[in-house]
Formats: sequence, structure tokens, C-alpha cells
Amino acid sequence: MAPTLEERTTRDQIRRNWWLSLPALAILTVAAIGPLLVVLVYSFLTPGEYGNVEWKFSTEGWTSVFVTKDIFDETWKLADAHMTIFWRSVKLSLITTGLTLLVGFPTAWFIATREPRAKALWLFLITIPFWTNLLIRTFAINQIIRTEGLLNTGLLKLGIISTPLQITYTDTAVLIGMVYVYLPLMVLPLFASIDRFDMRLLEAGYDLYASRAQVLRRVILPLVKPGIVAGSILVFIPCLGAYVTPRILGGGKLMMIGNFIELQFGQGRNWPLGAAISILLLIIVSIALVFYVRAINGENRDA
Amino acid sequence: MTENAAIEARNVSKHFGQGDGVVRALDDVSVAIRQGEFFTLLGPSGCGKTTLLRMIAGFESPTSGEIRLNGEPITHLPPNKRPVNTVFQSYALFPHLSVAQNIAFGLEMLGKPRAEIDARVQKMLALVRLEQLAGRKVSQMSGGQQQRVALARALAPQPKVLLLDEPLSALDLKLRKEMQSELKRLQRETGITFIFVTHDQEEALTMSDRIAVMSAGRIQQMGTPREIYTQPVNRFVAGFIGETNFLSAEVRDGQATLPGGITLPVRARNGQTTLAVRPELMRIVAAGTPAALPATVADAVYFGTDSHVHARLADGAEVVVRVQSGADGASIPAAGSAVGLAIAPGALQVLED
Repeated sequence: MAPTLEERTTRDQIRRNWWLSLPALAILTVAAIGPLLVVLVYSFLTPGEYGNVEWKFSTEGWTSVFVTKDIFDETWKLADAHMTIFWRSVKLSLITTGLTLLVGFPTAWFIATREPRAKALWLFLITIPFWTNLLIRTFAINQIIRTEGLLNTGLLKLGIISTPLQITYTDTAVLIGMVYVYLPLMVLPLFASIDRFDMRLLEAGYDLYASRAQVLRRVILPLVKPGIVAGSILVFIPCLGAYVTPRILGGGKLMMIGNFIELQFGQGRNWPLGAAISILLLIIVSIALVFYVRAINGENRDA
Repeated sequence: MTENAAIEARNVSKHFGQGDGVVRALDDVSVAIRQGEFFTLLGPSGCGKTTLLRMIAGFESPTSGEIRLNGEPITHLPPNKRPVNTVFQSYALFPHLSVAQNIAFGLEMLGKPRAEIDARVQKMLALVRLEQLAGRKVSQMSGGQQQRVALARALAPQPKVLLLDEPLSALDLKLRKEMQSELKRLQRETGITFIFVTHDQEEALTMSDRIAVMSAGRIQQMGTPREIYTQPVNRFVAGFIGETNFLSAEVRDGQATLPGGITLPVRARNGQTTLAVRPELMRIVAAGTPAALPATVADAVYFGTDSHVHARLADGAEVVVRVQSGADGASIPAAGSAVGLAIAPGALQVLED
């Protein structure tokens, strides 16, 4: 259909007023693209002896992400340690996303089905953790799960366990921490989706012979999918780059990509490698975002 | 009566709350709806008609009483186990599915084979005349089209009983008229028992085989549209269905003394009683005519096909008389003039009150 006069006028107006976005563009260029370019350039330089970089072109930063040279026989081997860290990051991020979805969905459903005033209160409660520093919250989690912490003391007192559980400095600890930290990011978009869901469709589903499970799968999930996708992306991406949580609850040994990058810029004194991994992380996140946009567009095309 | 009932409610009550604050949404309602009948539950909002419908659908369970489908008790069966489908007031179509997918939903849940589902969907699309729009998203359709999809979706699984919860209330007048005859046609063609809920008395009169008029959680009267209109049993039914004039009368030995002193024969017990008479069953005659109510014309409103003449009786009560417009432009008595109101034989209805 040809654009109407109104549509054409609106479009012309938008085109004429492009200069209004100049300040935003300037800030984005300097503050977002600038540093990224620096990181990209650094990834192709040679590491300096005491950190920093020497202005000499090298691809070693990138190759050493994937392969390492054996110090004895000088053969190239796959960088197992790096791959382990990448894999752990992706794995923990996926599990965290899954767990927050599992916990967040009933939570969001509960909030969305309350009275309007109760709804506002519950949403407010969900956002309370944002008011406290992440570092402090993570230490607080540590107080709960450490050997002499609340959880172990409680379980011991109740006689459920006889020896304290070793949770800190394990993947489980990192998972608990990340699920706790990122849960609100899952609940909020899920809530937005479920809140828009027409509850009368449930009755229509039951009336047409669907069981509860079928109503969930055939009616609820397809309609709240945008919320699930948005929540999953919002949890998965920061999880992948998580630094504080694995640093404190993983004890620095069970590294994720974030900690590994920090190591290269700190003790490792290998800035090009750190820069290369940073860019790699960015690429992984971008791929995840492409999937997200695809899913959302698919949704709109269907609707 | 009970053997061939498609749906039977026996002494069904539904109470919300407890103690003094108890709300009786349904108060000891018994009704038997026959196989293949177009049955209407008619009443103002809050009269319990929707509650009764939702109970038959399985969305609510009665506080006491029993619901039977073809003689089998279904009182505590969940909605997805009842061979009963609903057309919702809001239609409640699945927005993520196409027209055909919406219609197929119930059949898929019943686990019918694909070929059978496809054939049935085609048949339903033809039945509601939407063959061209099978692949369309329901969100892109007009209200009338959505209504047809909702009907097709509810009819597709061939329910024993189709429940319709004020399905026409969201449509404009012209479309509503169209859908009324469409619904009648669908009911004739499918032979399915329809239970129709509405607050629109005209809709109920034109479409139903039988009507149950409900108020305050009780069935006030049950019968054919003609029975309900011509022989209302109480003030509520008489007032809710069509326009009615109420006359207070003193009855003695089969003779009712009406305002103005005239007497007419009625079949009622002795004492003070209320009589009802429809506006179209009274005629304006010359003042002083025997057996005509003396009255004074207060006002007349012209409606095209007829005029409504408002007249005041001797006791001060106001009544309305409908005067059909004649080809000659029959004259309407001027305001303030004294007239007589002749009542057609048998037009006086004694109300239980």
C-alpha cells in the first residue's frame, strides 16, 4: 500500500530533524565506539614487559586465545585452559538463565495476577536488591552459604546433615550468586508479558478440552514468548561477562571470562590477549542479540 | 421431562461469602433444557444468568445442587472433560493462531487425526462463511468476523450443548440483527442445544424456543416467548419484558374495580391486586364510553410507525397507550383532553407480585 499523505509528512519531518540526534551520536562515538576501537587495536599489538602494550603489530594476542605453544617442544596445542573458561562461562550462564526462568516465571505470574495495588508493591519489592551494591550483596550471599554460614548452621542444627556442605568456591556457589543477582532481570520482562496476557484465554483453552499442561504449552507460552526471550537475553549477557560473583563466590580459581580478562590486564600482563578475549566476548553477545532480534521479529510478523 | 433433558440443573445454589454478608448468586434454581432447544437465560446484570452458564461450562461449582448432562451428573467434572463448549462474551480467540488454527484447537486437544481435523475445519469455515479468511490472524478481523470464528471454534468439536455468553453485546445494532438470524440458522443446521445468555429482551423474544427470566438469583418465569410476553406472572417479568402499564385494582367476587370506578371481570383472589396491561392492548375512545378507563392525556410522542400517548388515570398513575399511525394521519388527542381507555378482552394480567 502506498504511504498516505500523513505517513509521508511524518517521515519527511523525521528526516528534516535528524540533527537533533547529533549530541547522542557524538556521545556514542566518543564513549562507546572510541574505547572499543582502542581495545580492537590493542588486541593486535605486542604485550609490554610490565603490562601495557608495545606499538608493534602482532597476531599473537588472537592466536593465543585458541592455541598455546608448548614451552618444551615448541608445538602448538589447543589452549585447554582458555576453552575450559569459555565453556564454564557459557555453561554457567545458560544454567543461570534456565534457573532464573524456572523461578522467575511463577513469580512473575503471581505478581501479574494480583490486584493493581498489590502488583505495584510486589514489583517494588522485586527492585529492592538494585538499591544495594552488587559487591555487598555477593558478600552477603557468601555469609549464607559459607561453611559456618546460616545455611550450614541451620541444616546442622536440624540434623539434616552431619558435616557442613562445601558450597563456597564451587560452581554451585557461583550459580546461586548469579541466580540471585540476575533474577529481577528475568522477572521484570516476564511480568510485562504476562501482565498483557488475557487471562480469559485460559478458560477458552480449558473449555476446548485442553489440560493444564496443554494450556501452558499451547496458549500461555506462545503468547508470553517475547518476555521469555527478553528476560533470557537480559540474564544471559551480563552472566557471560560476570566478574564480581565468580571472583568472590568462586574464589578466583573457578574463573569465568570476566575474571580471565581481568587477569590478563593485571597479573598476566598480557593486554593484547585480554583485549582479544574482550572482543570475542562482544562477538558472542552480538550473536545472542541477533537471535533475540530474530525471535522478536518473527513474533511481530506472526501477530 | 427429565429423560430427554440435555442439561438439567437440580436445586442449584451458589453462595459467595459467609454469614450476614452472604451473596446468593443462585438461589435454588431448577431447570431442564430439552435436546435441540434454543434456550435463553434472560435477566439484568447480576441476576445469576452468567453464573448458571459458567456452572454448566464447569468454570464454577455450585454450593449445593446438581447439574446433569443427558441424565449423567457432571457437577464436579472439570471444563475440559465436559462435551460442552462456550462462545465467550469477549470471544477469547487465541491471538497467536490463525482462523483455521483457532477452529482446530479443540479437535487437536481431543486428539483427533489430522485428516479429520482438516475436514472438520473446512466444514466449519463454510458453515460460518469464512472460507476466504482461513489463514488470517484473528487480530486482523472485524468484530463480526471474530464472532463467527468464535462460533466455529466452539461448534467444531460437536459439543452436546453450546453455551453463548452475551455473544452479541459487543456488536453494533445492524451486525447484531444479522448475527441473530445467523445464530438461528446455525442452530437449525447443527441441531445442537443452544443455551444463550442475554440481558436484551428483544433478542430473547426473537430467537428463543423457551426463555427463563431470571432476577436476584432465581428463575422468575419460564416459558415460550409468547407465554412470557402475554402472560407475565409477576411485576418483574411484566416490567422487564417489553413495556407494561400497572393498574392497581380491588377484586371482589371476580370483579376488579379499577381507577375511575369501572369494573372488569378478572380471575383473581379477593383483595388489593396489581394488574398489567400492554400499551398496544389499549385503545383511546371517547370519554365516558362504558367499561373504558377515564383518563387525561398528558403527552404524546411520535415514533413513526406509532405514537405513545401518556395518560393519567383517576388515581394519578400514568399509563402509556400505543396508537398505530394510520394512512390518514389519525389524530392524537391533545394534551389535557379527557378520554377513555378501552382494554382489549383478556388483556388484563393478574400479577403474583
